[in-house]
Order: sequence, then C-alpha cells, then structure tokens
Amino acid sequence: MLMYVVRRLLQAIPVFLGTTFLIYFMVFSMPGNPVLALFGDKTPSPAVLEAVTAQYNLDKPFMVQYFLYLKNLFTGDLGVTFSGREVSDILARAFPITLKLVLMAVVIELILAVVLGLISGLRKGGIVDNANLITALVLSSVPPFVALFVAQYFIGIKLGWSPVTVGANSTWGAMLLPAIVIALTIYVIGMRLMRGSVIEAQSAEYVRTAAAKGLSRRRIIPVHIARNSLIPVLTNTAASFGALIAGTTVTEGIFNIPGIGKVLFDAIRLQENATVVSFVTILTLMYVTMNILVDLLYAVLDPRIRYV
Amino acid sequence: MKLGTWTKGLAVVAAASLTLAACGSSDDADPTTSGGTGGTTDGTAIISTNGSEPANPLIPSATNETGGGKIVDALFAGLVYYDGEGTPHNEVAESITTDDSQTFTVKLKEGWTFTDGTPVLAHNFVDAWNWGADLANADVSLNSYFFEPIEGFSWEESVPEMSGLEVVDDLTFTVTLNQQQADFPLSLGYSAFYPLPDVAFEDLEAFGQNPVGNGIYMLEDPADWQHDVQIELATNPDYAGERVAQNDGLRIVFYAQQDAAYADLLAGNVDVIDGIPDSAFEVFESDLGDRAVNQPAAVFQSFTIPARLDHFSGEEGNLRRQALSMAINREEITDVIFQGTRTPASDFTSPVISGWSDSIPGSEVLEYNPEKAAELWAEADAINPWTGTFRIGYNADGGHQGWVDAVINSIKNSLGIEAEGNPFPTFGEFRTQVTDRSIDSAFRTGWQADYPSLFNFLGPLYGTGAGSNDGDYSSAEFDALLKEGSAMTDTEEANATFQEAQEILFEELPAIPLWYSNVTGGYADTVDNVVFDWHSVPLYYQITKN
Repeated sequence: MLMYVVRRLLQAIPVFLGTTFLIYFMVFSMPGNPVLALFGDKTPSPAVLEAVTAQYNLDKPFMVQYFLYLKNLFTGDLGVTFSGREVSDILARAFPITLKLVLMAVVIELILAVVLGLISGLRKGGIVDNANLITALVLSSVPPFVALFVAQYFIGIKLGWSPVTVGANSTWGAMLLPAIVIALTIYVIGMRLMRGSVIEAQSAEYVRTAAAKGLSRRRIIPVHIARNSLIPVLTNTAASFGALIAGTTVTEGIFNIPGIGKVLFDAIRLQENATVVSFVTILTLMYVTMNILVDLLYAVLDPRIRYV
Repeated sequence: MKLGTWTKGLAVVAAASLTLAACGSSDDADPTTSGGTGGTTDGTAIISTNGSEPANPLIPSATNETGGGKIVDALFAGLVYYDGEGTPHNEVAESITTDDSQTFTVKLKEGWTFTDGTPVLAHNFVDAWNWGADLANADVSLNSYFFEPIEGFSWEESVPEMSGLEVVDDLTFTVTLNQQQADFPLSLGYSAFYPLPDVAFEDLEAFGQNPVGNGIYMLEDPADWQHDVQIELATNPDYAGERVAQNDGLRIVFYAQQDAAYADLLAGNVDVIDGIPDSAFEVFESDLGDRAVNQPAAVFQSFTIPARLDHFSGEEGNLRRQALSMAINREEITDVIFQGTRTPASDFTSPVISGWSDSIPGSEVLEYNPEKAAELWAEADAINPWTGTFRIGYNADGGHQGWVDAVINSIKNSLGIEAEGNPFPTFGEFRTQVTDRSIDSAFRTGWQADYPSLFNFLGPLYGTGAGSNDGDYSSAEFDALLKEGSAMTDTEEANATFQEAQEILFEELPAIPLWYSNVTGGYADTVDNVVFDWHSVPLYYQITKN
C-alpha cells in the first residue's frame, strides 16, 4: 500500500509541472504587453511603461520568467498584486470559502447519485427508474449558469427563501442554494454509474451466495450491493470535482461568493497575469490532490487495485 | 482618467437640480458647520452600494480605476470639489488666484485636519504631488501624468521635488506651470491632487492598506475593509467641509459581476448601484420605474483612422473620413445594439460638460446621410480610386463586437465597399499595436474626462504630440486655438475658443465621433436624494435612508 501511495504521489509531479507550464505559456505568450491594459485608452509614457513592465519581469524572455515563477512558487512566494497584497494572503482568505461550497455540492451530489441510483438499480425498468432518468437528463441538460440565474431569481428574489447573494455572509446556509443547484446539474452521471453497478451486483455470485445463506434483503442491499457499487461513483466524483472547480468562477460570480472563483475573475478583469497564473496553479494543485485522494480511497475500497 | 469595468458616467438632469434645491437644508448650507453625522439619524443609516476591490493601493495618485477611485474620493478632500453638475467649489482651498494663468497662489482654509489629528497644511499638498509626479514612483503612481503641466515635471529622470511647487507658509503655496492653462484650478478636484498626511510617507505600503484622509468618510478600523468582500466607511466627525454626510456611513460591496449587484438591488439588499448589466438593459427601466437612471456621461466613444493608412492622407483622406462618418446610422445603432444606453454624439466632448454644444458648425457630418456619403466617397475616388477593405480594430474581450459589426454594415450599405471588423483577443494586445503604431486599420478609441472641462476632451487627444493622440493628428491652427483658449481666464470666452477648435476637428475628423456612453444605474425605495454626479458616481454623502 505504501509503495502504491508513493508511486501515485510521484506521478503527480510531472502532471503539475506540465500544467503550470501550459498555463503560464498560454497567459504570457500572448502578443502585446498586458501592462498597457492597466492604463485603459490612455497611453502611458515610455518611462512609466518600462518601469511597470520591469517590475513584473515581463521584459525578460519567457523561459526566464517561468523559472523565476517556479522558483518563487517553491519558496512559497506567489507574488504581489498591483494593489500590494500578497497573493498567498488572498488565497488563504478565499480558499476556505470555495472549499465550503465545493464540499457541499459534492456531498449533495453523492447523496443524490447513490440514493437515486440504488432505487433505480433495484427497480430496473420500472416507473421510478424511468422517472429518475428523465428528471436527471432534463436537469443535466440545463447549462449551470442558466440554472443558477433561474434559482437566484425565483428562490432568492421572488420567494426570499435564500439569500440572493452571499457577499460577506459566507455561511453554510447562505451557500446552500448554489450548492444544491450545482449538484442537481451534475448528479446524472454518478446516478447512472450507481444504477449500472447495482444491476450488475444483483446478479453477481457473492450476492447470490449471500441470498442462498438466507440473509435478508435488508442486509444484502446495504452491505453487499451498495458498498461495492460505490467505487465507480467515487471515481466519478473526482472528475466532477474538477468540473466544479472549473465552474466556480461562474457560480461565485452569479452569487457573489468571495472565493477563489471571484478573485480569479477580478484578476482576469484587471489583467493581473501573475495573479491569474498563481490562482490557476492552486486550482490545478487541488485537482491533482483530489485525484490522488480518490485513487487512494479506491485502493482502500478495492484491495485488487493496490497490486496492479 | 478613471477606467472601470462598469460603464458609467452621468449628467445631472433637471430632476437632480430640484433634489439639490430641496435638500439644501440649514445644516449643510452653513459652511462653518464642522462635520459629524449629518441629519437625523441614530447611527444606523448605512448606505450600501456596489463597487469592486481596489486594483491599486489606496493612495490617491495611484488609483486610476473606478473600484479604488470611489473609495479614495470618499476618504479624501481636495482643494476643490465638483458638485453634481461638475461646477467646481473651493473645499480645502480658501482661494486659488493667478495674474497670468501660469503661476497660481493657493491659500488653504484653517481648521482642516486628517483623521489622525494632524492639520492639513500646504506641505501636505506639495509633498503628495511631488511623490505622485516622481518618475521613481511611476510603477505605483499611475496618475503621474496629471502633474505634467507643473514646471519641473520630467518623464526622463526622477525629480523628487518639482521646481514649480513652493511652500510659502503653513497655509499658502504656489504652483508654477510650464505654460498658461487657465483651467488648471478646475482640474484640482481630481483625486491625484488630494493631500497626504505626514504619516503616509513613513510607510506608504502600509498607508495604502490603511489610509488616513480628510474626507467625508473614513476607514475607522483596517478590519472594516474585508478584502474582495466589502469595505465599510464611517462618517468622519472631523470633516470640515460643506459636503456633510446625510447618512451614517457607506458600505461598498465588491461584486465580480454587475448581474449579482442588480439581483441584490431587486431584492432590496443594496441601496444604490451605478451600473446595470447588459442583460437587464431591456427591462431595468420597467423593473425600477422612476428609480432607474440612464443619462449621458462624460465618456466619449469614437474610432480613429490614422493618416498613415493608404487612402487616408490629405484631401482624399478628409473626404473619405467625412463619407464614413455620414455612412453610419448612429441613432439606429444606439437604439438597437445599446438599447438606448448610449447617446449619439454631436461633438467631440460630452453633454455633461459645461460649454458643450450640439450645433457647432460642421457637426452635420455626424448625421446619417448615405447619399451625401456616397457622393463624398466618389469625390475621393476621383483623386485616387479606392482599393482594399476598410477595417475597424477593437479588443474582443470588451464587448465591442456588436457595435463594430453594426457600424461596418452601415458603411457597407451606404458606400458599397468591402468592410469588416478587426478583432484583437485582448485589450493589452490591442493597445500595444495602437501604441507602437503597428496597427494597420482604423481602431476604436474612447475617452472619459478626468475633470469637467472641454479642454480635457481636446488637448490630450488631438494636440500635436499629446500623450493619447493615437492617430498622430497634427494641426497648427488647432494647437494655436487650444493654446489661446487655455490662456483665457473667462470661461465663456475660453469655451467659445474651444468650440472654434472643434470646427477644425469636424473638417478633418482625427477621430470619428460615435456616441456618448450613458451611466445606467438605479436605487431601491429604501433611499432618497440619489443624484449621480458628472462623472457617473452617485453623490453618496447626499443620500438619505428612509
């Protein structure tokens, strides 16, 4: 098991280096000087332009910039924004809020996927199964930003059941609505996976054996069917976690949640490339970490994985 | 120039003047009243509004975008302030006098203090300006160009103390300019000219996070500024000016998107917003009724055709520019594309600026007249037949594609030539090509006034060699008129001269005027006395809570 963990961690290093390089390349290889955007439709004097460009190492060759950035990254220095704030401080403040939101969404998604998938799988082809499928397909075909706007308008503004925006009030309760909406738009895949595994498990030999031993359905379903069917659902959660991270900018923008997504949005708006790269790097790190966690969990759940 | 993501700007309408008249109650008409919580409240009348996390430290000369500008304007008071109509009034200044429009003597009022208790003296202004102008600070002080007119300013070397600034005594200093500029006092209400307390220079970095000002509001505790979330400002009891707050404070909530601010306004969670999202342009006036705001602002939009392009120099170029201008149906585009949130241009400035006129001789070139346009184009063809495709460059990340396509179609239909948009992926790239003159097409240009004067829309953009003269326009006659107008102390006369200068612009069209941006905004029924000022921001101190 230890060997497996070490191997998995080592594999993450090239993934991390590759992604940061790509991000950095995409952001900084664009033609034109982003510093000019700071001045809007005005033209700064050459001396000012030079000063600001040099301050952000933008006058150095691309590879030099990238290595400077990596060097700083490993010494924990993520750089400073135009307003003189440490990027690491911004992250430390925004990160917990985003994590809260994503965790809530993931938990809700898991519950929906597991419960509905189990019901569907046990009653394959029945009315409930079909109703589940249709509902999930309809929900998942709505683009998340549309669903979020609609929920905000009807549940927030019209009915007043939930705060319209989060802002300074980033409590679990205030973020419940966006978390539910996100979960509703992504649970379909998890549910179908659960359903498929449950159907498969019902005809598996160990389940037949358990039934032959005279165990009741009430014991067989949770212990033998559901637990073993969780594996593909959990794997899928890692993938949906990635989608959530990517979508956090949209969600946080609409509900004005002051997490990573909103800060990233601001940084993009102000063309603070160094900040953008740092944020995206952190998001990449989260994504890679999550994948590792799921793989490890997988190994815990299914002993066969460890020895592959 | 304050640049912002939020479309903004505003002229004050008759209704606003009525409001002004109505709220000129006794407690703010008496200039000797020193601040304190104005009005009738019990400390709970906090006005909430939209904003964004400042992009720069909260040092006045470092703030060049609306997010920080809004906060800096609340925290500091300058020599003069502008009322809703953009008329300047002395604030910290007792008087600003000059004999020759080149050397100004500034006398300060007594009794002004910063919130740390130190008095506001002449050296506080001089030190702040010298710091802001010094090339050594150019990477922070993005507004340094404001100090360019002052004698001793340099773009080449670091000058810690400009020769044109001299402290005479505690309450007096003189400013000497490089050349005559009668409207210089008018520019002194801009944030770059605010004073800084001595404590600022002990640690400017710390000051930028926890500013100490002399304005209507103050940051009572650094913890009231929750980064990326909101900032809460309390009224400043030591504020010594006339603009006494009629409320107990200001909460500026930072929104990443205007849609979220608008949703909060509909739900009654925010009192005033000064930007309506594009998605609500069609409905906001019916949603908000008479609490919707949509008026012209001090923002001028145009596109520029540099004379270095083929077919656009000399007489041929003038004819073609006029033809292109008449080929565009501005009325229809502002209605259809912008749903009435833009106002078709009738000059090179803005209707919110005093001295603006929509009947300058030559301005008929801005009217849609496809027949005349085709005639002029044919005249130009007689000089040198047209070849190629007419293109307008723009940045694709700024929501410009809609109007560019509409303008291009207008031109195609009127003149029967090939035309297309020329998009650049990012603003940075677009401005790089405009700045290094490598762009090989016409391109979009825009200007938001720094201070309410006609000159500010003309000199920096079309004066020979001026900083933002992206089309390299040069006209000796125009330069002479600008200089003449700048030296006049009589505003009426100066404005007449600037109008004369605009007649030349209408003949030669160094930029083709399109429209003025409007400010769009709205407020909830929780507040009254909401007036948007000349440069698009609500006058927060006047707002009362019901």
